[in-house]
Amino acid sequence: MTILQFFLWSLGKVAVVTVVMLMAVAYTVLLERKLVGRIQNRWGPSRVGPFGLLQPLVDGAKSFLKEDVVPGGVYKPLYLLAPILSLGCALISIAVVPFGEPNVGPAGMQHLFQISDVNIGLLVILGITSIGVYGIALAGWSSNNKYSLLGSLRSSAQLISYELALGLSLVGVVMRAGTFNLRLIVEQQAKQGIVTWNIFGGLQFVAFFIYLIAAYAETNRSPFDLVEAESELAGGYNVEYSSMKFAMFFMAEYANMIMVGCVATLMFLGGWTSPFGNLIDPPQNIFVHALLPIFWFVSKVFCFLFLYVWVRGTLPRFRYDQLMSFGWKYLMPLAMLNIVATSLWLAYR
Amino acid sequence: MHLILFLVFAGFCLAGAINLLLQSHPINSALSLVVVMTSLAVLYLMLGAEFLAAAQVIVYAGAIMVLFTFVVMLLNAGREERTLGSSAARVVGFPAVVVILSVLATVIVKTQGLGTAGLSQGITSTEDLSKVLFTELLLPFEVTSVLVLIAILGAVALARHGHGEQPLPVPANGERTAGK
Repeated sequence: MTILQFFLWSLGKVAVVTVVMLMAVAYTVLLERKLVGRIQNRWGPSRVGPFGLLQPLVDGAKSFLKEDVVPGGVYKPLYLLAPILSLGCALISIAVVPFGEPNVGPAGMQHLFQISDVNIGLLVILGITSIGVYGIALAGWSSNNKYSLLGSLRSSAQLISYELALGLSLVGVVMRAGTFNLRLIVEQQAKQGIVTWNIFGGLQFVAFFIYLIAAYAETNRSPFDLVEAESELAGGYNVEYSSMKFAMFFMAEYANMIMVGCVATLMFLGGWTSPFGNLIDPPQNIFVHALLPIFWFVSKVFCFLFLYVWVRGTLPRFRYDQLMSFGWKYLMPLAMLNIVATSLWLAYR
Repeated sequence: MHLILFLVFAGFCLAGAINLLLQSHPINSALSLVVVMTSLAVLYLMLGAEFLAAAQVIVYAGAIMVLFTFVVMLLNAGREERTLGSSAARVVGFPAVVVILSVLATVIVKTQGLGTAGLSQGITSTEDLSKVLFTELLLPFEVTSVLVLIAILGAVALARHGHGEQPLPVPANGERTAGK
Protein backbone atom coordinates (compact mmCIF):
# COMPACT_ATOMS: atom_id res chain seq x y z
CA MET A 1 0.00 0.00 0.00
CA THR A 2 1.49 3.33 -1.00
CA ILE A 3 1.32 6.36 1.23
CA LEU A 4 -1.39 7.93 -0.91
CA GLN A 5 -3.58 4.81 -0.75
CA PHE A 6 -3.02 4.56 2.98
CA PHE A 7 -3.96 8.21 3.38
CA LEU A 8 -7.19 7.92 1.38
CA TRP A 9 -8.15 4.64 3.06
CA SER A 10 -7.61 6.14 6.53
CA LEU A 11 -9.46 9.31 5.58
CA GLY A 12 -12.45 7.27 4.44
CA LYS A 13 -12.53 5.30 7.67
CA VAL A 14 -12.18 8.48 9.74
CA ALA A 15 -15.07 10.11 7.89
CA VAL A 16 -17.38 7.12 8.36
CA VAL A 17 -16.51 6.65 12.03
CA THR A 18 -16.93 10.36 12.79
CA VAL A 19 -20.36 10.48 11.18
CA VAL A 20 -21.47 7.31 12.97
CA MET A 21 -20.12 8.61 16.27
CA LEU A 22 -21.91 11.96 15.94
CA MET A 23 -25.17 10.23 15.08
CA ALA A 24 -24.67 7.91 18.05
CA VAL A 25 -24.14 10.93 20.28
CA ALA A 26 -27.32 12.55 19.00
CA TYR A 27 -29.40 9.44 19.54
CA THR A 28 -27.88 8.72 22.95
CA VAL A 29 -29.30 12.08 24.01
CA LEU A 30 -32.71 10.96 22.72
CA LEU A 31 -32.33 7.59 24.45
CA GLU A 32 -31.60 9.33 27.71
CA ARG A 33 -34.56 11.69 27.41
CA LYS A 34 -36.93 8.89 26.50
CA LEU A 35 -35.74 6.55 29.25
CA VAL A 36 -35.63 9.17 31.98
CA GLY A 37 -39.08 10.16 30.83
CA ARG A 38 -40.37 6.61 31.23
CA ILE A 39 -38.67 6.29 34.65
CA GLN A 40 -40.51 9.43 35.72
CA ASN A 41 -43.77 8.17 34.25
CA ARG A 42 -44.00 10.57 31.31
CA TRP A 43 -43.40 10.15 27.60
CA GLY A 44 -40.25 12.11 26.87
CA PRO A 45 -39.91 13.70 23.43
CA SER A 46 -42.73 12.39 21.24
CA ARG A 47 -43.81 15.25 18.94
CA VAL A 48 -41.10 15.45 16.26
CA GLY A 49 -41.25 12.49 13.93
CA PRO A 50 -42.41 9.00 14.89
CA PHE A 51 -41.64 8.33 18.61
CA GLY A 52 -39.74 11.63 18.64
CA LEU A 53 -37.01 10.13 16.46
CA LEU A 54 -36.28 13.40 14.69
CA GLN A 55 -35.81 15.29 17.97
CA PRO A 56 -31.96 15.19 17.93
CA LEU A 57 -31.85 16.72 14.46
CA VAL A 58 -34.19 19.53 15.48
CA ASP A 59 -32.16 20.12 18.63
CA GLY A 60 -29.02 20.33 16.54
CA ALA A 61 -30.61 22.82 14.17
CA LYS A 62 -31.78 24.87 17.14
CA SER A 63 -28.24 25.00 18.57
CA PHE A 64 -26.85 26.14 15.25
CA LEU A 65 -29.41 28.88 14.77
CA LYS A 66 -29.35 30.29 18.29
CA GLU A 67 -27.59 33.59 18.92
CA ASP A 68 -24.00 33.04 19.96
CA VAL A 69 -23.41 35.23 23.00
CA VAL A 70 -19.82 35.86 24.06
CA PRO A 71 -19.84 37.67 27.42
CA GLY A 72 -17.69 40.79 27.74
CA GLY A 73 -15.37 39.69 30.54
CA VAL A 74 -14.15 36.38 29.13
CA TYR A 75 -10.57 35.64 28.13
CA LYS A 76 -11.33 35.03 24.51
CA PRO A 77 -8.60 32.72 23.15
CA LEU A 78 -9.11 30.12 25.87
CA TYR A 79 -12.87 30.67 25.97
CA LEU A 80 -13.01 29.65 22.30
CA LEU A 81 -10.42 26.90 22.64
CA ALA A 82 -12.12 25.08 25.53
CA PRO A 83 -15.17 23.58 23.75
CA ILE A 84 -13.02 22.55 20.77
CA LEU A 85 -10.56 20.81 23.08
CA SER A 86 -13.36 19.10 24.96
CA LEU A 87 -15.16 17.74 21.92
CA GLY A 88 -11.94 17.01 20.04
CA CYS A 89 -10.54 14.83 22.81
CA ALA A 90 -13.88 13.08 23.22
CA LEU A 91 -14.03 12.18 19.52
CA ILE A 92 -10.36 11.37 18.81
CA SER A 93 -9.97 8.39 21.10
CA ILE A 94 -12.47 6.33 19.07
CA ALA A 95 -9.62 6.03 16.51
CA VAL A 96 -8.02 3.07 18.28
CA VAL A 97 -11.21 1.14 19.06
CA PRO A 98 -11.68 -2.08 17.09
CA PHE A 99 -15.36 -2.61 16.22
CA GLY A 100 -15.22 -5.89 14.41
CA GLU A 101 -13.24 -8.86 13.19
CA PRO A 102 -9.85 -8.21 11.62
CA ASN A 103 -9.05 -9.51 8.14
CA VAL A 104 -12.48 -9.10 6.61
CA GLY A 105 -11.77 -6.18 4.29
CA PRO A 106 -10.62 -6.44 0.67
CA ALA A 107 -7.05 -7.61 0.13
CA GLY A 108 -4.44 -5.09 1.23
CA MET A 109 -7.04 -3.18 3.19
CA GLN A 110 -7.22 -5.07 6.46
CA HIS A 111 -8.51 -3.55 9.66
CA LEU A 112 -11.74 -2.48 8.00
CA PHE A 113 -13.36 -1.93 11.39
CA GLN A 114 -10.59 -0.05 13.15
CA ILE A 115 -9.00 3.23 12.16
CA SER A 116 -5.58 2.33 13.52
CA ASP A 117 -4.29 -0.77 15.25
CA VAL A 118 -1.63 0.44 17.68
CA ASN A 119 0.32 -1.52 20.28
CA ILE A 120 -0.52 0.92 23.06
CA GLY A 121 -4.20 1.39 22.22
CA LEU A 122 -5.35 1.43 25.84
CA LEU A 123 -2.71 3.97 26.85
CA VAL A 124 -3.69 6.18 23.92
CA ILE A 125 -7.27 6.24 25.17
CA LEU A 126 -6.20 7.02 28.73
CA GLY A 127 -3.82 9.74 27.52
CA ILE A 128 -6.40 11.48 25.37
CA THR A 129 -8.94 11.30 28.20
CA SER A 130 -6.47 12.95 30.54
CA ILE A 131 -5.91 15.77 28.03
CA GLY A 132 -9.69 16.28 27.88
CA VAL A 133 -9.62 17.68 31.43
CA TYR A 134 -8.18 20.91 30.02
CA GLY A 135 -11.35 21.62 28.09
CA ILE A 136 -13.43 21.79 31.25
CA ALA A 137 -10.76 23.47 33.38
CA LEU A 138 -10.12 26.20 30.82
CA ALA A 139 -13.83 26.72 30.15
CA GLY A 140 -14.45 27.49 33.80
CA TRP A 141 -11.45 29.73 34.21
CA SER A 142 -11.74 31.72 31.01
CA SER A 143 -15.46 32.42 31.55
CA ASN A 144 -14.56 34.85 34.34
CA ASN A 145 -17.52 33.68 36.40
CA LYS A 146 -17.42 32.37 39.98
CA TYR A 147 -19.87 29.54 39.37
CA SER A 148 -18.01 28.43 36.26
CA LEU A 149 -14.71 28.49 38.08
CA LEU A 150 -16.10 26.48 41.00
CA GLY A 151 -17.64 23.99 38.61
CA SER A 152 -14.44 23.51 36.69
CA LEU A 153 -12.32 23.22 39.84
CA ARG A 154 -14.66 20.54 41.13
CA SER A 155 -14.52 18.80 37.80
CA SER A 156 -10.73 18.84 37.47
CA ALA A 157 -10.27 17.53 41.01
CA GLN A 158 -12.87 14.83 40.43
CA LEU A 159 -11.40 13.77 37.08
CA ILE A 160 -7.85 13.56 38.42
CA SER A 161 -8.95 11.57 41.47
CA TYR A 162 -11.08 9.05 39.63
CA GLU A 163 -8.68 8.70 36.71
CA LEU A 164 -6.36 6.85 39.10
CA ALA A 165 -8.98 4.33 40.17
CA LEU A 166 -10.06 3.94 36.55
CA GLY A 167 -6.53 3.29 35.35
CA LEU A 168 -5.76 0.89 38.19
CA SER A 169 -8.95 -1.09 37.61
CA LEU A 170 -7.77 -1.85 34.07
CA VAL A 171 -4.37 -3.12 35.19
CA GLY A 172 -5.74 -6.55 36.11
CA VAL A 173 -7.09 -7.03 32.60
CA VAL A 174 -3.81 -5.86 31.07
CA MET A 175 -1.87 -8.29 33.27
CA ARG A 176 -4.10 -11.14 32.18
CA ALA A 177 -3.74 -10.30 28.50
CA GLY A 178 -0.08 -9.26 28.68
CA THR A 179 -0.54 -6.44 26.18
CA PHE A 180 -1.97 -2.96 25.74
CA ASN A 181 -3.23 -3.78 22.26
CA LEU A 182 -7.03 -3.65 22.36
CA ARG A 183 -7.43 -6.17 19.57
CA LEU A 184 -5.26 -8.73 21.35
CA ILE A 185 -7.01 -8.07 24.67
CA VAL A 186 -10.34 -8.92 23.02
CA GLU A 187 -8.98 -12.00 21.25
CA GLN A 188 -7.41 -13.27 24.45
CA GLN A 189 -10.77 -13.35 26.26
CA ALA A 190 -12.90 -14.56 23.34
CA LYS A 191 -12.03 -18.24 23.26
CA GLN A 192 -15.10 -19.73 24.95
CA GLY A 193 -17.54 -16.83 24.73
CA ILE A 194 -19.11 -15.42 27.86
CA VAL A 195 -17.33 -17.88 30.16
CA THR A 196 -13.89 -16.52 29.37
CA TRP A 197 -14.78 -12.86 29.26
CA ASN A 198 -12.62 -10.91 31.63
CA ILE A 199 -15.53 -10.02 33.85
CA PHE A 200 -16.32 -13.72 34.55
CA GLY A 201 -13.55 -16.06 33.48
CA GLY A 202 -10.83 -13.53 34.14
CA LEU A 203 -12.17 -13.03 37.68
CA GLN A 204 -12.19 -9.29 37.12
CA PHE A 205 -15.70 -8.52 38.32
CA VAL A 206 -14.36 -6.36 41.18
CA ALA A 207 -12.30 -4.47 38.63
CA PHE A 208 -15.39 -4.13 36.46
CA PHE A 209 -17.39 -2.50 39.24
CA ILE A 210 -14.52 -0.19 40.13
CA TYR A 211 -14.31 0.73 36.46
CA LEU A 212 -18.07 1.29 36.30
CA ILE A 213 -18.10 3.65 39.28
CA ALA A 214 -14.97 5.50 38.18
CA ALA A 215 -16.36 5.81 34.67
CA TYR A 216 -19.51 7.52 35.96
CA ALA A 217 -17.28 10.00 37.79
CA GLU A 218 -14.99 10.44 34.77
CA THR A 219 -17.86 11.44 32.52
CA ASN A 220 -19.41 13.71 35.17
CA ARG A 221 -22.59 11.71 35.17
CA SER A 222 -25.09 11.20 37.93
CA PRO A 223 -24.60 10.28 40.80
CA PHE A 224 -21.28 12.12 40.45
CA ASP A 225 -22.51 15.10 38.43
CA LEU A 226 -21.43 17.66 41.00
CA VAL A 227 -19.76 19.55 38.21
CA GLU A 228 -23.11 20.73 36.97
CA ALA A 229 -25.09 20.61 40.19
CA GLU A 230 -27.79 23.09 39.25
CA SER A 231 -28.92 23.80 42.79
CA GLU A 232 -25.42 24.80 43.88
CA LEU A 233 -23.65 26.10 40.81
CA ALA A 234 -26.38 27.36 38.50
CA GLY A 235 -25.08 24.98 35.83
CA GLY A 236 -21.36 24.61 36.35
CA TYR A 237 -18.44 25.20 34.01
CA ASN A 238 -20.59 25.85 30.94
CA VAL A 239 -22.78 28.63 32.39
CA GLU A 240 -21.34 31.30 30.11
CA TYR A 241 -21.56 29.26 26.92
CA SER A 242 -24.47 29.44 24.54
CA SER A 243 -25.62 28.04 21.21
CA MET A 244 -23.16 25.74 19.41
CA LYS A 245 -20.38 26.14 21.97
CA PHE A 246 -22.67 24.82 24.68
CA ALA A 247 -23.74 22.05 22.34
CA MET A 248 -20.10 21.07 21.88
CA PHE A 249 -19.68 20.51 25.63
CA PHE A 250 -22.94 18.60 25.63
CA MET A 251 -21.81 16.41 22.74
CA ALA A 252 -18.44 15.87 24.41
CA GLU A 253 -20.17 14.50 27.50
CA TYR A 254 -22.17 11.99 25.48
CA ALA A 255 -19.22 11.08 23.28
CA ASN A 256 -17.26 10.36 26.44
CA MET A 257 -20.08 8.15 27.67
CA ILE A 258 -19.97 6.15 24.46
CA MET A 259 -16.20 5.96 24.63
CA VAL A 260 -16.29 4.67 28.21
CA GLY A 261 -18.86 2.10 27.11
CA CYS A 262 -16.57 1.02 24.25
CA VAL A 263 -13.62 0.58 26.63
CA ALA A 264 -15.74 -1.43 29.08
CA THR A 265 -16.91 -3.63 26.21
CA LEU A 266 -13.38 -4.19 24.98
CA MET A 267 -11.77 -4.74 28.35
CA PHE A 268 -14.39 -6.72 30.22
CA LEU A 269 -17.19 -7.88 27.93
CA GLY A 270 -15.39 -9.55 25.08
CA GLY A 271 -15.47 -6.73 22.54
CA TRP A 272 -16.99 -7.70 19.22
CA THR A 273 -17.07 -11.44 19.90
CA SER A 274 -20.31 -13.31 20.44
CA PRO A 275 -21.20 -14.46 23.97
CA PHE A 276 -21.73 -18.01 22.68
CA GLY A 277 -18.12 -18.55 21.68
CA ASN A 278 -17.64 -21.68 19.62
CA LEU A 279 -21.10 -23.11 20.36
CA ILE A 280 -22.41 -21.52 17.18
CA ASP A 281 -20.44 -21.90 13.97
CA PRO A 282 -19.34 -18.66 12.32
CA PRO A 283 -21.79 -17.69 9.56
CA GLN A 284 -20.77 -18.56 6.00
CA ASN A 285 -22.18 -15.48 4.30
CA ILE A 286 -19.38 -12.90 4.04
CA PHE A 287 -21.61 -9.94 4.91
CA VAL A 288 -23.16 -11.61 7.93
CA HIS A 289 -19.68 -12.68 8.97
CA ALA A 290 -18.53 -9.07 8.80
CA LEU A 291 -21.58 -7.43 10.32
CA LEU A 292 -22.50 -9.83 13.15
CA PRO A 293 -19.50 -8.74 15.29
CA ILE A 294 -20.60 -5.11 14.84
CA PHE A 295 -24.02 -6.10 16.12
CA TRP A 296 -22.53 -7.66 19.27
CA PHE A 297 -20.28 -4.68 19.86
CA VAL A 298 -23.08 -2.16 19.46
CA SER A 299 -25.46 -4.12 21.68
CA LYS A 300 -22.89 -4.32 24.46
CA VAL A 301 -22.23 -0.60 24.29
CA PHE A 302 -25.98 0.00 24.19
CA CYS A 303 -26.47 -2.01 27.39
CA PHE A 304 -23.80 0.08 29.03
CA LEU A 305 -25.50 3.32 27.96
CA PHE A 306 -28.84 1.98 29.14
CA LEU A 307 -27.31 1.34 32.56
CA TYR A 308 -25.94 4.88 32.59
CA VAL A 309 -29.37 6.37 32.06
CA TRP A 310 -30.98 3.98 34.51
CA VAL A 311 -28.52 4.99 37.23
CA ARG A 312 -29.10 8.64 36.43
CA GLY A 313 -32.83 8.20 36.79
CA THR A 314 -32.49 6.32 40.06
CA LEU A 315 -29.70 7.56 42.30
CA PRO A 316 -29.45 10.96 44.00
CA ARG A 317 -26.32 13.06 43.83
CA PHE A 318 -23.39 12.55 46.19
CA ARG A 319 -22.05 15.30 48.39
CA TYR A 320 -18.68 16.61 47.29
CA ASP A 321 -16.68 15.46 50.32
CA GLN A 322 -18.36 12.04 50.08
CA LEU A 323 -17.28 11.86 46.46
CA MET A 324 -13.65 12.64 47.25
CA SER A 325 -13.33 10.38 50.27
CA PHE A 326 -15.08 7.55 48.43
CA GLY A 327 -12.66 7.83 45.52
CA TRP A 328 -9.49 8.02 47.58
CA LYS A 329 -10.32 5.93 50.64
CA TYR A 330 -12.32 3.06 49.15
CA LEU A 331 -12.08 2.88 45.39
CA MET A 332 -8.32 3.31 45.03
CA PRO A 333 -7.29 0.84 47.76
CA LEU A 334 -9.81 -1.64 46.39
CA ALA A 335 -8.33 -1.29 42.91
CA MET A 336 -4.83 -1.86 44.32
CA LEU A 337 -6.01 -4.93 46.23
CA ASN A 338 -7.50 -6.21 43.01
CA ILE A 339 -4.13 -5.81 41.29
CA VAL A 340 -2.36 -7.68 44.07
CA ALA A 341 -4.94 -10.47 44.06
CA THR A 342 -4.82 -10.79 40.28
CA SER A 343 -1.05 -10.97 40.19
CA LEU A 344 -1.01 -13.59 42.94
CA TRP A 345 -3.56 -15.63 40.99
CA LEU A 346 -1.59 -15.30 37.77
CA ALA A 347 1.63 -16.29 39.55
CA TYR A 348 -0.05 -19.30 41.18
CA ARG A 349 -1.64 -20.57 37.98
CA MET B 1 7.90 10.94 6.17
CA HIS B 2 9.60 10.57 9.55
CA LEU B 3 11.78 13.55 8.84
CA ILE B 4 8.78 15.74 7.98
CA LEU B 5 6.99 14.71 11.17
CA PHE B 6 10.15 15.28 13.17
CA LEU B 7 10.59 18.77 11.78
CA VAL B 8 6.94 19.66 12.41
CA PHE B 9 6.88 18.48 16.00
CA ALA B 10 10.35 19.73 16.85
CA GLY B 11 9.10 23.07 15.54
CA PHE B 12 6.02 22.86 17.79
CA CYS B 13 8.27 21.99 20.69
CA LEU B 14 10.58 24.96 20.16
CA ALA B 15 7.70 27.34 19.46
CA GLY B 16 5.97 26.21 22.66
CA ALA B 17 9.14 26.67 24.68
CA ILE B 18 9.75 30.17 23.32
CA ASN B 19 6.09 31.09 23.80
CA LEU B 20 6.34 29.89 27.40
CA LEU B 21 9.05 32.46 28.06
CA LEU B 22 7.40 35.30 26.17
CA GLN B 23 3.85 35.04 27.52
CA SER B 24 3.09 37.31 30.43
CA HIS B 25 0.08 35.39 31.74
CA PRO B 26 0.87 32.27 33.81
CA ILE B 27 -1.93 30.18 32.33
CA ASN B 28 -0.71 30.81 28.78
CA SER B 29 2.78 29.76 29.85
CA ALA B 30 1.39 26.60 31.45
CA LEU B 31 -0.50 25.73 28.26
CA SER B 32 2.64 26.32 26.18
CA LEU B 33 4.37 23.83 28.44
CA VAL B 34 1.59 21.35 27.66
CA VAL B 35 2.34 21.84 23.96
CA VAL B 36 6.03 21.19 24.63
CA MET B 37 5.27 18.01 26.59
CA THR B 38 2.91 16.65 23.96
CA SER B 39 5.31 17.35 21.08
CA LEU B 40 8.06 15.67 23.07
CA ALA B 41 5.81 12.62 23.34
CA VAL B 42 5.50 12.53 19.55
CA LEU B 43 9.28 12.78 19.22
CA TYR B 44 9.67 9.84 21.63
CA LEU B 45 7.19 7.89 19.55
CA MET B 46 9.20 8.52 16.40
CA LEU B 47 12.32 7.26 18.17
CA GLY B 48 10.44 4.00 18.80
CA ALA B 49 9.67 4.49 22.50
CA GLU B 50 5.92 4.06 22.43
CA PHE B 51 5.40 3.40 26.13
CA LEU B 52 7.49 6.42 27.05
CA ALA B 53 5.42 8.54 24.67
CA ALA B 54 2.16 7.40 26.26
CA ALA B 55 3.53 7.87 29.77
CA GLN B 56 4.72 11.35 28.83
CA VAL B 57 1.22 12.35 27.73
CA ILE B 58 -0.59 10.69 30.64
CA VAL B 59 1.76 11.76 33.42
CA TYR B 60 3.19 15.09 32.32
CA ALA B 61 0.62 16.60 29.99
CA GLY B 62 -2.38 14.97 31.64
CA ALA B 63 -1.64 15.00 35.35
CA ILE B 64 1.20 17.30 36.34
CA MET B 65 0.31 20.15 34.00
CA VAL B 66 -3.35 19.90 35.02
CA LEU B 67 -2.20 20.50 38.58
CA PHE B 68 -0.17 23.49 37.39
CA THR B 69 -3.17 25.07 35.69
CA PHE B 70 -5.25 24.12 38.71
CA VAL B 71 -2.95 26.10 41.00
CA VAL B 72 -2.90 29.05 38.62
CA MET B 73 -6.70 29.00 38.54
CA LEU B 74 -7.04 28.62 42.31
CA LEU B 75 -4.67 31.46 43.11
CA ASN B 76 -6.13 33.44 40.23
CA ALA B 77 -2.62 34.60 39.42
CA GLY B 78 -2.70 37.73 37.35
CA ARG B 79 -0.47 39.11 34.69
CA GLU B 80 3.19 39.19 35.54
CA GLU B 81 4.84 42.55 35.79
CA ARG B 82 7.30 43.06 33.03
CA THR B 83 10.58 44.60 34.05
CA LEU B 84 13.32 45.60 31.73
CA GLY B 85 15.69 43.20 33.46
CA SER B 86 19.08 44.02 34.81
CA SER B 87 21.70 45.01 32.27
CA ALA B 88 24.15 42.50 33.76
CA ALA B 89 21.78 39.64 32.90
CA ARG B 90 21.63 40.81 29.31
CA VAL B 91 25.37 41.33 28.97
CA VAL B 92 26.39 38.08 30.63
CA GLY B 93 23.28 35.96 30.09
CA PHE B 94 23.15 35.51 26.33
CA PRO B 95 26.87 34.70 25.89
CA ALA B 96 26.62 32.31 28.84
CA VAL B 97 23.70 30.50 27.21
CA VAL B 98 25.65 30.20 23.96
CA VAL B 99 28.70 28.86 25.79
CA ILE B 100 26.74 26.27 27.77
CA LEU B 101 24.84 25.06 24.73
CA SER B 102 28.01 24.72 22.67
CA VAL B 103 29.76 22.81 25.47
CA LEU B 104 26.80 20.44 25.77
CA ALA B 105 26.60 19.96 22.02
CA THR B 106 30.32 19.25 21.76
CA VAL B 107 30.16 16.68 24.55
CA ILE B 108 27.18 14.92 23.00
CA VAL B 109 28.73 14.84 19.55
CA LYS B 110 32.15 13.70 20.77
CA THR B 111 30.98 11.01 23.21
CA GLN B 112 31.15 7.48 21.88
CA GLY B 113 28.70 4.72 22.67
CA LEU B 114 25.62 6.77 23.32
CA GLY B 115 23.50 4.22 21.51
CA THR B 116 22.23 4.30 17.98
CA ALA B 117 18.58 5.20 18.30
CA GLY B 118 17.37 6.94 15.19
CA LEU B 119 14.22 8.01 13.46
CA SER B 120 12.17 5.36 11.64
CA GLN B 121 13.77 2.47 13.45
CA GLY B 122 11.86 -0.37 15.05
CA ILE B 123 9.66 0.03 18.07
CA THR B 124 10.71 -1.01 21.55
CA SER B 125 7.68 -2.85 22.83
CA THR B 126 6.36 -2.36 26.35
CA GLU B 127 7.17 -5.98 27.05
CA ASP B 128 10.89 -5.53 26.31
CA LEU B 129 10.99 -2.33 28.33
CA SER B 130 9.39 -3.93 31.37
CA LYS B 131 11.68 -6.96 31.14
CA VAL B 132 14.73 -4.70 31.33
CA LEU B 133 13.17 -2.58 34.08
CA PHE B 134 12.26 -5.53 36.28
CA THR B 135 15.40 -7.64 35.80
CA GLU B 136 18.60 -5.74 34.98
CA LEU B 137 17.56 -2.35 36.32
CA LEU B 138 15.38 -3.53 39.20
CA LEU B 139 17.45 -1.93 41.99
CA PRO B 140 17.74 1.57 40.49
CA PHE B 141 14.06 1.41 39.53
CA GLU B 142 12.91 0.54 43.04
CA VAL B 143 15.32 2.99 44.67
CA THR B 144 13.89 5.76 42.48
CA SER B 145 10.37 4.88 43.56
CA VAL B 146 11.43 4.97 47.22
CA LEU B 147 12.96 8.38 46.55
CA VAL B 148 9.67 9.63 45.16
CA LEU B 149 7.84 8.17 48.14
CA ILE B 150 10.18 10.02 50.52
CA ALA B 151 9.52 13.25 48.64
CA ILE B 152 5.75 12.72 49.01
CA LEU B 153 6.05 11.97 52.72
CA GLY B 154 8.24 15.04 53.15
CA ALA B 155 5.67 17.22 51.42
CA VAL B 156 2.90 15.84 53.65
CA ALA B 157 5.00 16.38 56.77
CA LEU B 158 5.73 19.97 55.76
CA ALA B 159 2.11 20.67 54.89
CA ARG B 160 0.67 19.29 58.13
CA HIS B 161 0.52 22.04 60.70
CA GLY B 162 -0.41 21.60 64.30
CA HIS B 163 0.85 18.07 64.77
CA GLY B 164 4.50 18.83 65.34
CA GLU B 165 6.30 20.78 68.03
CA GLN B 166 4.37 23.98 67.45
CA PRO B 167 0.66 23.37 67.85
CA LEU B 168 -1.61 25.92 66.18
CA PRO B 169 -3.51 28.19 68.54
CA VAL B 170 -7.02 26.80 68.96
CA PRO B 171 -9.64 29.36 67.90
CA ALA B 172 -11.61 30.68 70.82
CA ASN B 173 -15.02 30.11 69.23
CA GLY B 174 -14.40 26.40 68.83
CA GLU B 175 -14.10 26.55 65.05
CA ARG B 176 -12.64 23.41 63.51
CA THR B 177 -9.09 23.72 62.26
CA ALA B 178 -8.09 22.44 58.88
CA GLY B 179 -7.99 18.66 58.69
CA LYS B 180 -10.11 18.40 61.86
